[in-house]
Order: sequence, then structure tokens, then C-alpha cells
Amino acid sequence: MPEKIKKTGKIKYINKLLTDKEISCVELTQKYIDSIKKENGIINAYVNITEETALKTAETVDEKIQRGEKISLLEGIPMSLKDNISTKDVETTCCSKILKGYVPVYDATVWEGLKSQNAVLLGKTNMDEFAMGSSCETSCFGGSLNPHNTDHVAGGSSGGAASAVSGNMAVYGLGSDTGGSVRQPASFCGLVGLKPTYGSVSRYGLIAYASSLDQIGPIAGNVEDTAIIYDAISKYDKRDATSSGSRVKTVDTLNSSIKGMKIGIAEEYFDGAGEDVIASIKKAIEAYESLGAEIVQFKLPSLKYALPVYYILACAEASSNLGRYDGIRYGYRTDNYKDVNDMISRTRSEGFGKEVQRRILLGTYVLSAGYYDAYYKKAQKLRGSIVKSFQDAFTECDVMLTPTVPTTAFETNYTSKDPIETYLTDICTVPVNIAGLPALSIPCGFDNKGLPIGMQIIGKSFDDAKILNAAYKYEQYAKDEIYKELESGVRI
Amino acid sequence: MSWELVAGLETHVELSTKTKIFCSCTTEFGGEPNTHCCPVCVGLPGTLPKLNEKVVEYAVKAGLATNCSIRNISKMDRKNYVYPDLPKAYQISQYDKPLCEGGYVELNSGKKININRIHIEEDAGKLVHQRGDIYIDYNRGGVPLIEIVTEPDFRSMDEVVEYVEKLRLIMKYTGVSDVKMQEGSLRCDVNISVRKQGEKKYGTRTEIKNMNSINFIAKAMEYEFRRQIDVLESGGEIEQETRRYDSGLNITESMRGKEDADDYRYFREPDLVTISISDEQIDRCKKSLPELPQQRLKRFVEVLGLPVDDAELLIKYQKVADYFEEASAGVESPKTVSNYILSQIFRRFSTESEKEEFNISIPPEYLSVLVILAEKKKITSQVARNTLEKMLDEGKTALSFISEEDMQGVDEDDLRRLCQEAVDANEKAAAEYLAGKEKAIGAIIGFIMKYSKGKADAALAAQIVKEIITKEI
Repeated sequence: MPEKIKKTGKIKYINKLLTDKEISCVELTQKYIDSIKKENGIINAYVNITEETALKTAETVDEKIQRGEKISLLEGIPMSLKDNISTKDVETTCCSKILKGYVPVYDATVWEGLKSQNAVLLGKTNMDEFAMGSSCETSCFGGSLNPHNTDHVAGGSSGGAASAVSGNMAVYGLGSDTGGSVRQPASFCGLVGLKPTYGSVSRYGLIAYASSLDQIGPIAGNVEDTAIIYDAISKYDKRDATSSGSRVKTVDTLNSSIKGMKIGIAEEYFDGAGEDVIASIKKAIEAYESLGAEIVQFKLPSLKYALPVYYILACAEASSNLGRYDGIRYGYRTDNYKDVNDMISRTRSEGFGKEVQRRILLGTYVLSAGYYDAYYKKAQKLRGSIVKSFQDAFTECDVMLTPTVPTTAFETNYTSKDPIETYLTDICTVPVNIAGLPALSIPCGFDNKGLPIGMQIIGKSFDDAKILNAAYKYEQYAKDEIYKELESGVRI
Repeated sequence: MSWELVAGLETHVELSTKTKIFCSCTTEFGGEPNTHCCPVCVGLPGTLPKLNEKVVEYAVKAGLATNCSIRNISKMDRKNYVYPDLPKAYQISQYDKPLCEGGYVELNSGKKININRIHIEEDAGKLVHQRGDIYIDYNRGGVPLIEIVTEPDFRSMDEVVEYVEKLRLIMKYTGVSDVKMQEGSLRCDVNISVRKQGEKKYGTRTEIKNMNSINFIAKAMEYEFRRQIDVLESGGEIEQETRRYDSGLNITESMRGKEDADDYRYFREPDLVTISISDEQIDRCKKSLPELPQQRLKRFVEVLGLPVDDAELLIKYQKVADYFEEASAGVESPKTVSNYILSQIFRRFSTESEKEEFNISIPPEYLSVLVILAEKKKITSQVARNTLEKMLDEGKTALSFISEEDMQGVDEDDLRRLCQEAVDANEKAAAEYLAGKEKAIGAIIGFIMKYSKGKADAALAAQIVKEIITKEI
């Protein structure tokens, strides 16, 4: 990989290289494919590599450039899609045995849009099975490792998307974030990951885990790339009733001054966070102060309900969303069965992994007659009060600054030991999904092992531009320190 | 001590929107299996529903036509259950906030059958059993339905039959559904229990599922009513259960008991947004409603002077009622028009669906002209009847079959002469008539009609003949 491609502002930079014909799109794509071939055996970022179509798209882009036609920013940029984003004619499995062999007949709206701009799809990335997990290790293809240190996981559930970017196997990737699945692996891999405002990016074609929480978001090497991708995918989609699109172009305001911007700090977010994490974020707070932002301290007591509310609602919706995998129409079907009902139950027992089965059971339980009021209904009520407390908090501040995860990347096999312990590490990311807010994770330092630390910036609904602006300003301020180390941390 | 029937109905009506409830596939009946389908209605992973606004509009119309109040704010819910014809393993329906609530349908007796609620939902696909294998056809999956739930207000089979018939007509008149029962676009579940006459408490009920003919509903209820009485009278207890009607054996049989009842785990459909309907929209729907069948019946009886039974027969078939109204324009006695339709024209249609279709070769104005000719005594009723047959055969106007001569008829002086001749020629019949044998006069009238070539006014002739005979004494 040429050294210059690793610089910040990758997309604009590569676009210039392409239009200036310093590198052809086929060459560029081939470099990434070579990198995948070299790295993927260890990192396991991709579960399906689409080399042939990638090169074909690259040729199309090169022809366009040769003809002297203008290409859009994302045209010809090699990228990846999480394996729960539907791709026509390309197997899409959610990294579950139950969907093995399932080839969608349509494209997800986000991919349809990027495909029409000749984005170069390198392949489908690894993830926790049906996006249920925090380490990528519930994937039926095995987990994805952290390119910074392969004794550690890439994070989850969009682990493959993060490790691919971090390991120089893609310029960016699209993941999905239901309770932190974009932000947490971005944090673990030293990348920027954005969970957009609920509704700003179409969910059509995203294979649902928990519909009221799911949102597709980009993982990229820097804030500008993240903003460029977000602008490209945040469009109103008439096929998604919950879609509203975005109101502004976020790239235009990245460099706006943040003088006087009120940055909120809620102490509850720091309970249980590691020392290294707290120290890095304190430094980031100081950076913001020197950039002219105002720090506001307050309490967010309803935060303690976020985890139980999240796991009740997410599992309830999942138990319903995953009911369709019955072996009748597509995907895996058991070999031996007596009748239809037997076939369905065997298929599901054999096809779903342990964590998915656990969440289906939990979700079925909380929706059952006799338990509905005590769990689902109460969780819905609390969801309302969490939304309200965020609204109140945002009367005092413009954005909130929190850790993304209380820790840095887990060691491999950590999460399989105690599921509850693992659920607890989602504490900083899930409140945002419950309230439908935009949030991103941006690198802000390293722990004593050299693993990246991420901080989370949360905004009001549809304030995606503001959090990207705040993140960009910090990135510019800290880039010499943070990014130098980030890039040297990458294997290759 | 006699037993009383208590029943309530849940009626599923397929709406006649062109496209399905959550996608743009056609709702057309039939078609090669799995050809009226798309990723959305077969629930492929990642697809999302989008609510068809027409479905809401039609359901609101159905609600207004059955005197329901309409919710301004409503939502969709998921009803979770596993069955191969339900590709998402949940049906998108409405649980605790149905679109319409608290209406009624009035029976001819004046009794009101109260409607608890009307909600919208999607239909499921269909299992097709062939040569020992089971196939699934998802063409019907996602076709919009409304479910109309009554209170347990029925006390007899007749009330149920009348209600279903009235409901069917309301749906048809409002254009909400084409209610073709043979295509399953109206299906009923009946909740039924019995109790001793005078008892206040309801008995334990059973539910008979999924019947798509009024005839079957009546038969199934009759059987179930008897069965429950037999069980109770022999000291047994009714079990709360779901039963199915076997039309071949004419019995109901148990499908599943209460303990096997599904727990549907309803929760709000997160893929769809709140349905809000403004008062203005409701008003607009109200204004767009046509005259409802019950109002039409009343008008036919009170304004047009039809007997109730005749009026009911006409309004039963919307096209027939429309035809009748058009043919009655400018006619003195609409009842004459109705008579022609219900006797002579109806004879040509043997099935209900033929009457429903009402494919008739002459436009209503042709019938109108014929009736006016008869009313003005330009032609006799006999000529009119014959002419109508020819008109129906050939699709032509009355005047293409009636000659000048026909229209002149027989004037009264000529008729008197003819009558005298007839009495003279039939002395024996005249004598018998005088002796009290009324029917004997028929022979004399027959003579008159024969010699006038059917042009004589038979009623007037009979009057004259009687005068002559009695005068001759």
C-alpha cells in the first residue's frame, strides 16, 4: 500500500489520485484485494470476497476517467458491506448458519445508491451472528481479530467492517448499529464510526435485528470520510416508513468554529470506565476547552435503566424479526424431520447459534402473556423517560462527550465466558439507540498495551452535522499525536 | 325449559384496493401460484412494509357505513404465530388501537347488532395440498383485510344470516370490497354458546373458524347449537375450544382446546409509523359514501311504493337496483318495472352470481319505454310481456317488435261487440258462471283473446263479459 494512501482525508485524496490518473481504479482495487488475500486469513474481516465484480466496477470507473468524465467522490473507492446488508446476487448470511446459501434478489437502499455511483464492493464483512454480540465471535465464521493486536478482538458486532478498514483492507465500510455495533468496533480499532439519527439512513435491505433501534452507519479512518459517506447514504427512502433522510450536508460544516459550543459531561457515563479511558477523555476535554468549547457537567440518572430496557426491547423485536427463518423458503434446512413443525424447530435449533437462541428466548419470554406488563410494557415506558432525560440534557448542552466503551478491545474468547458481563460493556452505547440519537466514536488515545481508546460524541436528533463538526475539530487538533500512532499501530 | 342461542361474529372482508396492503403487488384473485408476489409480501430478510393509504381510507368508509367512530390516532401491531403460509411468522394487524370502534348494523326488526371494532390487517398465503405434498402459494399474502367484530348480540340463526347479508351489501355498496364469497373475500368466525332462556350469564363458548358461505354459517351454527344443548342436557360441560366446520359431513369438529390457544405476543410494529386521520379526512370519507342499502330499501318502499319483499330482492343486487332506478324514471308505477325485473327478467338468470353480474341485453331506457306504452294502454299487458321476451332475446327496442296495429289495441265499442259474440258462442260457460262457477268465464275470455289476436285488454273484457251475462238474465 503506498504510504500516502494511509493519510487522513483518504476519500478526497484517493479521488484526486484517480482523477489525476496517478493510479488507475483497477490498480487501486487490486492493491486492496492483495491486502485482503494477505491479511484476511488472520484477521477474518471478510466472509465473502467479491473480487471479480470489484475489478469489473473498477474497469468501468477507469473507462469513465479515460473518457474524461467527472467521477463522484465515492466512485471507484474500494469499500465493504457488513454481511447483514442485502446485496443482489451476493450471498448475505448475517454470519449465521441459518442463512447460508441465501442470495438476495434485491439491493438494500444504501447499497443501491452506492452501487449506482460505482462504489467498489470488495466483499461482505464479518459480524456477530445477526448482529448479536460485542466481539464478532458469535459469527458462524469465527471472530474477527483486531489489527492492532491479534490477541484482541475487533469488537462487534460490525467487527469485520472495522478490522477491514483498520487492516487496510478497505477504505471504509458500512456497518449497522443497534446498541453500539458501529461505534464499539470503531473504538476498538482506532477508527471513526457513526451511528446516525434513527431514520436518517434507510433500513430497507438491512436484515433486521431490532427494528426500532437498528441503523446503518459508516466506519472510516477519519471524520471527513465518515461525513462524506454519511451524506451519500442519508437520503429519504419511500420504501422505509421510518425514513426521514438528512436535512443538511455534513461535510460543509465540518470545519465550523466550535467556540462557545456547550459540551455536556454526564458523570454516570464514567462509572466503571477504565483508568486509561478516563484519562484519555479528560485530555480530550482539555483539548475542547482550548478550542473554545464550554464544558457543562450534569447528571443523567435514567441511564441506569438503559441496559435492561435495551436488552428487553431488542430481544423482544428480535424474537419476532427472526421468526421467518424456518427453512421453508431460503437458507438452511435440517436434513431429518417428521413433519413441517418438526422441520421448523429442528432447522432453528441447528441453524441459530447459542447467543441468538438466548436472545430469541428472552424476547419471547418478555412478550408472553403474563410477563408482558412486567417487562416489555415497563421497558417501553422507561424508553420514554430515557428519551425525555436526553431532551432535558440537551437544553443544557449542544453535544455530549462520553467514553464509547468502558474498556479497550477485549481479549479473544472473553465474551463467551459471561454473557451478562459482556452485556454490561454496552452501557455507554445503548442509550443513544434507545433515544434514536446520533452518536459517533472517534479515537482519543491508547491504553498501556497500545490499544486504541475511543470517545463518543452524542448529539440531538438530526444534529449529525454538529457531532461530526465537533469530532472534526478535535481530530484536527489531535491528529499529529493520535493518527501518527494509529497508523504505526496497523500491521502491514 | 328451552335453550337460547348466543353468538358473536368476526368477519374478515378482503378490501378491493388494486394493490396489497404493504407493497405494490396486485390483489387480483387467482393467477399462477407465487406470481403476485415481491420481496416485501413474501417477507424476505431486510424488506420493510409501507402502509397503503387506500386501505386506511376503505376501512374508514366501512367503519362509517356501520356507524362506527373513527380513531384519529391508530397504529399497527405484530401478531406473532408460526404457520408456513405466514412468511414473516407474524401478521401485521391492529391490537389495542383499531381504526374503528363502537358501531352497529340494524336488522329489519329494528334490533341493532353492535360492532365492537373494525381493524385492518394483512391476509396470509394459502397451503395447496397436491399428491401428498404441501405447496405454498403466497399470492394472497398481503392482500388487505378488515376484521369486523360484533358483540355477542345474536340470538338466532336468522339474525346471523340477515346480518351477514346486510354487511355484505354494505361492503359492496361502499365499494370497500367486491365480497365474492366463493373467492373467500368474506369469511366468518362464529363464537357460539347456549344458555337457558331467561338466564343472564353467558355459557362457555366455542369458536367455529373460517366459513365462507352464508349457507355454511347457518348449517354450522345449527349443528353446533344442537351439539352444545345435547352436551349440556346429558350433564356434560362445554369446553372452550376452536372448532372447524366440515361441510361434507355437516358437523363441527374440535381443532384445538383453550390450553393450546396461541399466545400471539402482540407488540407495536416498529417498521410502521403512527396512523393519523384528521376530522377533515373522516368528513371527506363520510361525504363520499353512497346511499347505503338500508336507506335505499327504505326509499324504494316509502317513495317508490314497492312492497318490502320486492325492494329487498332488488337492493340485494346493486346492479339490479341501479337498473330498476333508471328504468323507473318517467314511469308512473315503478312497481310495474320491478315486477318485470323480478319475474320475467330474473327468470333468465339462474345463479346468484348471474343476478349479481346482471348482464342484460337491453338498456334500462328500453324497458322504461315498454312500461310507459303499457301504462298508457297503447298495448296490452299480454303484448308487453311477449315484446319484452323478444327485446331480451335480441337486445332491441320495444318499437322494433310492436306494429301500428298492436298499438291501436281494440277500442271499447269493438270490444263490446266481440264480448257479446263471445258470450253468444259460449252459452254453456255463461250458464256455468251464473251458477257460481267463477272460473268458467275463462273460456269466454280465451275466445275474445283468440279473435282479437291478443290485442284485447283482458281485464276490461272480463268486466264487460260479466256485465253482459248478468244483464241477460
